[in-house]
Amino acid sequence: MSIKIENLVYKYMTGTPFEKTAIDDVSLEIKDGEFIGLIGHTGSGKSTLIQQLNGLLKPTSGKIYIDGEDITVKGINLKKIRQKVGLVFQYPEYQLFEETVFKDVAFGPQNLGLSDDEILKRVKRALKIVGIDFEKYKDKSPFDLSGGQRRRIAIAGILAMEPKILILDEPTAGLDPKGRDEILEEIRKLHKEYNNTVILVSHSMEDVAKLVDRLIVMYKGKNILTGTPREVFKEIETLEKIGLAVPQVTYLIRELRKRGIDIREDIITVKEAQEEIVRLLRRDKK
Amino acid sequence: MLWANNIYFYYKKSDDENSEKGIALKGVNLNIKKGEFVVIIGHNGSGKSTLAKHYNAILIPSSGDVIVDGMNTKDGSKLWNIRQKAGMVFQNPDNQIVATIVEEDVAFGPENLGIPPEKIRKRVDESLSAVNMLDYAHHGPHLLSGGQKQRVAIAGVLAMRPECIILDEPTAMLDPSGRREVIDTIKRLNKEEGITIVLITHFMEEAVEADRVVVMEEGKVVLEGSPRDVFSKVEEIKRLGLDVPEMTELAFELRKSNINIREDILTIEEMVDEICRLK
Repeated sequence: MSIKIENLVYKYMTGTPFEKTAIDDVSLEIKDGEFIGLIGHTGSGKSTLIQQLNGLLKPTSGKIYIDGEDITVKGINLKKIRQKVGLVFQYPEYQLFEETVFKDVAFGPQNLGLSDDEILKRVKRALKIVGIDFEKYKDKSPFDLSGGQRRRIAIAGILAMEPKILILDEPTAGLDPKGRDEILEEIRKLHKEYNNTVILVSHSMEDVAKLVDRLIVMYKGKNILTGTPREVFKEIETLEKIGLAVPQVTYLIRELRKRGIDIREDIITVKEAQEEIVRLLRRDKK
Repeated sequence: MLWANNIYFYYKKSDDENSEKGIALKGVNLNIKKGEFVVIIGHNGSGKSTLAKHYNAILIPSSGDVIVDGMNTKDGSKLWNIRQKAGMVFQNPDNQIVATIVEEDVAFGPENLGIPPEKIRKRVDESLSAVNMLDYAHHGPHLLSGGQKQRVAIAGVLAMRPECIILDEPTAMLDPSGRREVIDTIKRLNKEEGITIVLITHFMEEAVEADRVVVMEEGKVVLEGSPRDVFSKVEEIKRLGLDVPEMTELAFELRKSNINIREDILTIEEMVDEICRLK
């Protein structure tokens, strides 16, 4: 499902002395099945932007089309939009509320008015995707589980709605490296399997470098840069100026080039760096 | 300075009287010297936060002793002295700020100690300038960035004139520049003010500059040493569900490709030097 944003403006507290433009004339297009990384420092407008994509916030002006349908018009069926656009907030585990894991994950589909069979099928599928054993956990209280498990269950609650567009706001914040890698791997697999549109908001440049097709960089409410991670991470100076960074290996390559070593400039993952350095050292031996 | 002697910590899994007991710490011995910069890593649920909360008497061990600068945390009469010696900073900056003006927030602690107003003024200004936030003294905290809020939280602890600061994942919610600001502040306080630092983190890059790295697993200390010693055990660290700094990982991968590179590389500079040497 595609997203098209035209001249989007969002202002807080309009008409007061505290008026602030959080989204400043953003236009962009996200194609069906694209995996997008949304980066920007705290306060750059990322969260404000994504909350408008499923109608949680109404834009001050501008248009948002989801799958060709303008969702900013009056009287739009928000329930339908939210079924298409699933939004996983930061620290979603704090939003769990039901007595059992099953009830919590089933809450969304139940509100869609689906049959019990269909709900059961969806809950099973969603828990499987996030790596939670259905039989073992379905009757447990979510509050007895670890933080990482609770996070997965909260994500499963959104997945059970089977959204065509999945938006995740820093899904790995506060998780340990293993938990982080597992959740990212699950998102990657899900995207590969269902080819849904995914927007991942992240502060980890290493993670987005490994995962996404395209990056959208926000700064002061504007979309100032977009392109593949390889293209975007070439702009080291720009990114640092706006409070971001590039992956560690990209810094390494820059330092090596400064020392006069002839190595490809556009390296963004450890694997690429490894291959290039091996090639470099072997080439010299010959 | 901080002394944990064979501590165990049990907790009840629910309010039910007969519920089974969980065990969060299983005999931890960890002594932290004055002026030391110690990083604790471990996966979620390994007991690191539980341990940290023992060092300023938020939790009291079920058995064993925690001694903070000569005071046993079991001695209730010493509670406020202990909290004043060892301050704590948590993950979420929004949960730690109590006042509506930055300088009032920083003054909250010393006010509660009953310190005279003119001395509070001095402490607040000194604390805010130590974290480079003096320019924001009259701002509302809600208008600050995450990194700035965390620095205000650190200033609030500094105003208590602690000898030790314990930080539980202070950078988990921050963007790259906010993370940098907070880590630089912590390092400066350690180097220049001699404040003992215990930092809990999931970011291995932050552990690189510590004096000592402590690895926790299932309520125990399983590995301990200089960052170089600990992170060179790449396979062991990974088995524990943790990571090594990206440069250590790269060195590890290069060695797999039969490149004879040092295995204990931690930083970009060291990696650059090694590659130039090998070339």
